[in-house]
Amino acid sequence: MTTLMAILVLGSMALLFGAILGFASVKFHVEGDPLAEQVDALLPQTQCGQCGYPGCKPYAEAVAIGEAINKCAPGGEDTIKKIADLMGVEPPPLDENHDTDNSPKVAFIIEEDCIGCTKCIQACPVDAILGTTKQMHTIIADECTGCDLCVEPCPVDCIVMIPIAKTPQNWQWDLNNIPVVQLD
Amino acid sequence: MGSVIERIKRGHFWTFHGGIHPPEQKFLTTDKPIRAVSIPEQLILPLQQHIGISADLQVNVGDKVLKGQALTKSTHPMAVPIHAPTSGTISAIKNAVIAHPSGLSELCLFITPDGEDKWRERKICTDLAKLTDNDLIDKISSAGISGMGGAGFPTQVKVSTHEKIKFLIINAAECEPYITADDLLIREHSPSILDGINILDSILSPEHILIGIEDNKPEAIKVLQQTTANNEKIQVCVLPTKYPTGGEKQLIQLLTGQEVPAGVLPSSLGIVMQNIATCFAIADAVINDIPLIKRVVTVSGQALQKPQNVWSLLGTPVGYLLEQCGYPNKDKKHIIMGGPMMGYSLPTDQVPVVKTTNCILAPSEKEISSPYSTGTGEVECIRCGQCSDVCPAQLLPQELQWSAKAKDHQQLNKLNLFDCIECGACAYVCPSQIPLVNYYRIAKSEIRQQTQLDIKAEHARVRFEARKERLARDKIAREEKQKAAAEARKARMNSGTTEAKNEMSAVAQALARVKAKKAQTNTQTPSNEETPLANVGQRSQVAAAIARAKAKKLAAQQNMTVEKTTLVDESSNSEQAVVDKKAKIAAAVAKAKARKLAEKTPVKQVNVGDTATDLKVEQVSNTEKTVVDKKTKIAAAVAKAKARKLVDQQAKLAATPSDEITNEPPKSEST
Repeated sequence: MTTLMAILVLGSMALLFGAILGFASVKFHVEGDPLAEQVDALLPQTQCGQCGYPGCKPYAEAVAIGEAINKCAPGGEDTIKKIADLMGVEPPPLDENHDTDNSPKVAFIIEEDCIGCTKCIQACPVDAILGTTKQMHTIIADECTGCDLCVEPCPVDCIVMIPIAKTPQNWQWDLNNIPVVQLD
Repeated sequence: MGSVIERIKRGHFWTFHGGIHPPEQKFLTTDKPIRAVSIPEQLILPLQQHIGISADLQVNVGDKVLKGQALTKSTHPMAVPIHAPTSGTISAIKNAVIAHPSGLSELCLFITPDGEDKWRERKICTDLAKLTDNDLIDKISSAGISGMGGAGFPTQVKVSTHEKIKFLIINAAECEPYITADDLLIREHSPSILDGINILDSILSPEHILIGIEDNKPEAIKVLQQTTANNEKIQVCVLPTKYPTGGEKQLIQLLTGQEVPAGVLPSSLGIVMQNIATCFAIADAVINDIPLIKRVVTVSGQALQKPQNVWSLLGTPVGYLLEQCGYPNKDKKHIIMGGPMMGYSLPTDQVPVVKTTNCILAPSEKEISSPYSTGTGEVECIRCGQCSDVCPAQLLPQELQWSAKAKDHQQLNKLNLFDCIECGACAYVCPSQIPLVNYYRIAKSEIRQQTQLDIKAEHARVRFEARKERLARDKIAREEKQKAAAEARKARMNSGTTEAKNEMSAVAQALARVKAKKAQTNTQTPSNEETPLANVGQRSQVAAAIARAKAKKLAAQQNMTVEKTTLVDESSNSEQAVVDKKAKIAAAVAKAKARKLAEKTPVKQVNVGDTATDLKVEQVSNTEKTVVDKKTKIAAAVAKAKARKLVDQQAKLAATPSDEITNEPPKSEST
């Protein structure tokens, strides 16, 4: 009798909890991978493809399922550190296939050389190039992420990457680097 | 509300947390009148001298300008115009070092004065009552007035607030050591200041006007009390001297007991604060039609022979003012713009005086040693807690310092770094001489930069996704268009008109042509059909040869093992066997290669067949020859194909298909 009671009680409890869990999994169902979203938020969104993925989101998704976290060249050490913090792993050094120069740049079209082929427009991941067939193109500097992707397809090599100039507005205090000029 | 005024009338004020009492050093300049200095040889006017954005340039190089003429035009509330401080010629418009701690260059106008100091036409206003509030605000805005206390916030933004104003606070505290510019201005020009206050009163119509002044300026207090004696609305509030009383939030707390919450403008609390020098500039602009072209600058410091307050034209190089005040050349080492607490060292003495420059300090090495010549002398924090005792914003400076050094931005935000007013009280009391404020400034600019980057990244992500969506949409649209076109074509062809019949017959003809071509290629293949047969025979022979080779190999191996077990001396023999075997293997490999090649190149099938029939181990040299023959032929074919490709590419590049090119492919095919 007691055995039967035990089986009955435990069985009904199992059923109850099973029902709760089943309900919760439907009710609190999460669309997509939250980790990929979090990683995506940390990436610099240059959409440069240097990691081997067509954009930051695909790389974030790949990282979420185990891709190496040190492939983002524009993000550099800072981004690797942030992703490592998020994933709870040791931050590895930047992938050696990438150059470490991640200073912010902006693309510039030498307009007199532009032949209006629209190849750069097709390459731009953020639609930051203005122009149409056989018309001169130009870069919308504020939208440019400095990803470099337009430089390669240009048949006349009229796109150059210009480092963003330091102005008093974006200047960063650096105690060791304040210019000192002897005043005599 | 009543209680606030009652308290103030009784002379009781609130207090703010912390604060310090640095040596005042005001005696250096407080007893001398404001001196007018002559016009320098060149004036340098940065386009932007305030918080906000620079206005649009209105003049060109070589233009003659009159005194007071507007050089830039404002199209935005946060853009403040600048004016020519004297008559002369625009000699250059180029980048020059500006008054900024970075020592970076920005666009500046260079004016070479003609010495005539000739005014543009001025309209002096005699009856203030005729002007509406909007007229007054327009005048303030077009006179290019921005806050003259240090931060340089555009004045017209402050005065055009729509909030109901309870208190208009006039800041005359001047709490920084050394600076006496406001003190002297009050003593010499109190009627004008009162006019300015009255103008602000008519625009903002506050309930009360409070003038906050520290008790270390007895003469100025007396003058102010005398000037405002007839005005019930104005209260002169004499505050105990303590740094930083002159901070906006600190002064508001002292006078009204209210704390301004983080990220909130005082105007939302019904409070507007103006510097007393700004009031003077407003009066000058509205009544005398004099835009902001000059200001009082305290030129002080023990390195100077004649420290004094001067009326300086905006754009005057700092070096010129120092020269006028007796700065010994040999000592030119350390110049500070602003007070000793909040100022910054200048990289060169060619930096111009701007709207916010209230002080130029040339201290002797003993007074304030240059951080560049001696180093900061910073040692480890000993956790004494003095910094948090003096912090007027009630922050935790030592905690902030550690987080700033560790670049822990999250923690810095949690510790309210952005409530730091950078007054420097913590660094002043620090026994370890840690330049705390510098660390906060670095951290602040890093966080601002990071925020900007985050915004930009988010923007880029949105654009990237929008583009992806657009491409997908375009693709679908294209496919649908193609589908629709195909369907339309089908429908047209089935419609039964003569055109459709023509079209159909054309299609039928094309199909027939394709079929004919196919048939041709089919008839061509049978001519090669002999080769597969030959191949079969050949294969069986090759298989036999391989089998023979294998059998021989096995025998050789067996021989080897036998020999090895029986006689050590016969190793030379076994070696020979190995050499034999190797030769045989090589022959077999050569044969296999030949066969492969034979299969690949059906053109020379007969030849291969010949060699295949004679395939014997000894005929290695023969097959090799044929292999070489074939190789050269293949190479030739490859070269031809490449040449053809090249020609094709050139044709594409030139985008002019010529007869030559269309003739080329059949030629190469025939070969």
